[in-house]
Amino acid sequence: MQRYSFFSLALNALSGHRNWRCAWRSPQLQKRYDVVVVGAGGHGLATAYYLARRHGITNVAVLERGWLGGGNVGRNTVTVRSNYLRDESLPFFTRSVKLFEGLTRELNFNLMHSNRSMIDVVQTYGKLRDLQRRQLIMDLYDSSYERISVEELRRRVPPLTGGGQGSRLPVLAAFAHRDASVNRHDAVAWGYARAADSLGVEIHENTKVTSISRDSSGKICGVETTRGSVRAGKVAIAVSGHTTTLTETVGLKLPLRTINLSAFVSEPVKPLIDVVVNCPDVGVYFSQSDKGELVIGGATDLGQSFRRDIKQTVFEDTVCALLELFPSFRNLKLLRQWGGHVDIAHDGSPIISKTEVPGLYVTAGWWGGYKAIPAGGEGFAHLVANDEPTRLIAPFGIDRFRNLDFIFESGTTTVR
Amino acid sequence: MLEICCPFCGRRNESEFSYGGPAAMRRPERPEDLSAEDWVEYLTVPSNPLGPVLEHWWHARGCGAWITVRRDTGTHEIKPDSDDA
Ligand SMILES: Cc1cc2nc3c(=O)[nH]c(=O)nc-3n(C[C@H](O)[C@H](O)[C@H](O)COP(=O)(O)OP(=O)(O)OC[C@H]3O[C@@H](n4cnc5c(N)ncnc54)[C@H](O)[C@@H]3O)c2cc1C
Ligand SMILES: [Zn+2]
Repeated sequence: MQRYSFFSLALNALSGHRNWRCAWRSPQLQKRYDVVVVGAGGHGLATAYYLARRHGITNVAVLERGWLGGGNVGRNTVTVRSNYLRDESLPFFTRSVKLFEGLTRELNFNLMHSNRSMIDVVQTYGKLRDLQRRQLIMDLYDSSYERISVEELRRRVPPLTGGGQGSRLPVLAAFAHRDASVNRHDAVAWGYARAADSLGVEIHENTKVTSISRDSSGKICGVETTRGSVRAGKVAIAVSGHTTTLTETVGLKLPLRTINLSAFVSEPVKPLIDVVVNCPDVGVYFSQSDKGELVIGGATDLGQSFRRDIKQTVFEDTVCALLELFPSFRNLKLLRQWGGHVDIAHDGSPIISKTEVPGLYVTAGWWGGYKAIPAGGEGFAHLVANDEPTRLIAPFGIDRFRNLDFIFESGTTTVR
Repeated sequence: MLEICCPFCGRRNESEFSYGGPAAMRRPERPEDLSAEDWVEYLTVPSNPLGPVLEHWWHARGCGAWITVRRDTGTHEIKPDSDDA
């Protein structure tokens, strides 16, 4: 791997940046691998990287139907946080937040990781109780959550001028989560891809997996793709949103629904806000990117959806919610909007699990799973390599549904 | 924006409706006769096709009727539901 550093940058500047090497290879697709990872999104690439780095399994192919990083890893609003509710969730997400902090160095790729608080704005008493409960639990797990006054909130979020006493939903309080951060999503995909490739992992774009194959004993023996059959004793599915369409090809039913999440950005403006602001009672959240754009997201489209655009009703609702609290944003021009489809499990928690089909592994239910890419990949790689989960991911097996051991998590950002 | 056809009011904008969840699953007549696996499946596993799904919509800001709609999860296309009673 060509290491990136100040010197490599200076050296390449001298030759007009014409001599950079490709960040990963484009090898020939082989007939057989030890492990096939389906999906070159954040979770698939991180899994491949940790398989190679931690477990020495390098005969791995990551098969991607489109282009690397073209899925949700490149479409999300990059909020990394650990303000979760359950004893099972908190250790997992705090681990992921911690891994993100060291990732730029580990991958030798600048993720532009930027720590900033996330501030939840509370406008209903139901939400207040919910967040107080969250705070009590988070205190036990070393994840910060602190109630702040409305005055403090307005000082830290100057454009928040709505939600006053006479309004429909006056602001009651706010909570600050100090461990949140944002970073550059493309860099996460590219950084993991480059590091995995340098350890021998092959990444194959434009290779759609159409079905999973089992041998006569029922064990996994590979996948069928648009470029022919690929053999492997272990298949690890990380296709966010498309999980059920693939697992159904081997008759495996999972408690997942596919839904559409969307976002939009404004024109760039001068530095305005240095926290992630989340207004769950009206259903909008945003942060400001390094370029100065406001990156804005809202609630999900409620019905099942495999679409990658934004629905007009969702867009309008989100803009209305934004203007109710931030009336000066009326003057902002919105530049781009988009969406992605993600899957959500029956209890809202991820599924990182072996399946009843020997050799088939699934990581899914990632509807807020950007923050979970490092710990999700780390845990899933361990599971695929050893057939045993780590302590952190053990609660997220499929068996929990059979035993009705739900790990109920609700979104922090949405009203609906 | 979807255009949903209410049997009483005709074609109306989605913003007049509230989503009411998937409609395909029928509650088993005698849950006590089901195996544990089948019962858990009924409780937790929705059908999740890239294609048509049946779902409930409530004409909340209209006539108040609950209706069943067949909508395609890939195209949003709405087709009348033949099983709608
Ligand atoms: C608008 C939006 C905002 C979000 N905001 C946040 C946020 O602020 N914080 C957060 O933590 N999370 C957020 N998320 C969720 C997060 O993006 C996802 O949970 C996460 O990216 C999913 O994991 P992934 O990166 O592996 O998915 P993806 O990047 O979607 O990877 C899956 C890959 O599998 C490929 N694939 C699918 N089917 C096949 C097939 N048959 N064969 C081969 N390849 C296939 C896809 O093309 C895709 O590249 C957001 C999502 C969206 C859409
Ligand atoms: Zn009506």
